[in-house]
Amino acid sequence: MGALRLEGVRPRVLAPVNLTLAAGELVFICGPSGSGKSLLLRAVADLDPHAGEVWLGSEARSTMAPARWRQRVGLLPADAFWWADAVGEHFPAAARERSAPTRRASNPGEKFPPPAADSRLDGLLAALGFAPDVLDWSVARLSTGERQRLALARLLAQGPEALLLDEATANLDPGNRERVELVTAAYRAAHAAAVLWVSHDPEQRERLGGRQFGIRDGRLGQTEAVSADPARLEDRR
Amino acid sequence: MSLVLLTPFDLALAAVLVLLLAAMSWYLHLGVERRLLIAAARSTVQLMLVGLVLKGLFAQTNPWLIGLMALFMLAVAGIEVLQRQKRRFRGPWGYGIGAVSMFISSFSVLLLTLTLIIRVEPWYQPQYLIPLLGMLLGNTMSGAAIALDTLTRGAWDARGRIEARLLAGGTWDQAIASLRRDSLRAGLIPIVNAMATAGLVSLPGMMTGQILAGSPPMEAAKYQLLMMFVISAGTGLGSVAAVWLGSRRLFDERERLRLDRLRDQGRDRGN
Repeated sequence: MGALRLEGVRPRVLAPVNLTLAAGELVFICGPSGSGKSLLLRAVADLDPHAGEVWLGSEARSTMAPARWRQRVGLLPADAFWWADAVGEHFPAAARERSAPTRRASNPGEKFPPPAADSRLDGLLAALGFAPDVLDWSVARLSTGERQRLALARLLAQGPEALLLDEATANLDPGNRERVELVTAAYRAAHAAAVLWVSHDPEQRERLGGRQFGIRDGRLGQTEAVSADPARLEDRR
Repeated sequence: MSLVLLTPFDLALAAVLVLLLAAMSWYLHLGVERRLLIAAARSTVQLMLVGLVLKGLFAQTNPWLIGLMALFMLAVAGIEVLQRQKRRFRGPWGYGIGAVSMFISSFSVLLLTLTLIIRVEPWYQPQYLIPLLGMLLGNTMSGAAIALDTLTRGAWDARGRIEARLLAGGTWDQAIASLRRDSLRAGLIPIVNAMATAGLVSLPGMMTGQILAGSPPMEAAKYQLLMMFVISAGTGLGSVAAVWLGSRRLFDERERLRLDRLRDQGRDRGN
């Protein structure tokens, strides 16, 4: 629900970056490892000290509480960490509440009747290939790929207005990669969320379209413009 | 009952035991004989000096001199806390967090004890103030050092998890909460254990001292109890202060985890 505008953002190893993503726009960033792609995303999420300002719509980051900013501009790190034992504990309490009645529909003590439609979280989990009971799983049981997909679910469940994805599909098999791409595209379309995506996969960048930027010699520059082709995504659904 | 005075000859006899231990270490290639002898020599010099200084202090009861002595003790305790950190804060914070939290806790508990509980006249009477402060500082020092060390090492190891909580829209407070709890618990465990086993195996040092000096055992026990209670209050307060200051310092005004404020392990580069 708003453009994401980077103004002179300057992570440790990069020249100042000026970049504007329109609401709902997808922009890819590539570059050799160590070139500063992840640092740029970390800077936008305000995890590292750096110069520059970022705007979400008309709101400047510096006017917003840091926690609020990170919730609204969601970063999916390449290596997502889990701080509790069960998967569900990492999801916002509100999202869990919505999901709980369907999961425990047979529980007579339940205060609320199960909602007719699947709650949003269950739908999200299903789209990523999980049954709702995944929330009760222990994090230690998850495979790398499951962790990566659940990290995306966790991020989307917190309802960000812009997405920063760092190698969101790096450890996934083709089927799950497609799931993640579809879920991300659907979220982008439904919420008009700007998506800044770091990806090593040229085919993926080709497939999903959008402007592409590369990092060379510490500078971010546009490499080629590919017109977004939503029809192709539709076909694969 | 009268106090049995020790002669230098008595002490020399005890010192022979240390020499025997050093000889054994040398014979068995344990490699601690040098450190053992240096430590024994250090403690001899330090305790003799303290005895001399206290003799002078007790004779005068000059509040300024007593204050100076108290500050000196605090300064040394601060260094000790710093040296027990595997990953210290850079700059003055490394020393300051430990020293400030010990100052707050030890001195406030000390004042409270002297004016409200023991009620000596004047309250800064050195025979009470210096030993009490020493015991308070010594224990607070361990608590604060363990708590801070757990905090900074934990933050270093759990960086990904702490940042994950920040990314999930958590405040710095929420992101560090569980680590803060662990650190506090670690800082409090020694004194809790000491209280739980007090008197079962060994008599606490202060009680031993009073009994050797001729006090009735019940009186010695009461004093020991008083000390344990104030020490645990002081240690708790000191650990809370150290963990609070330390965890605040781990984040900046934009609630970013700033591990660059900790020194690299093992390298003692300047700031």
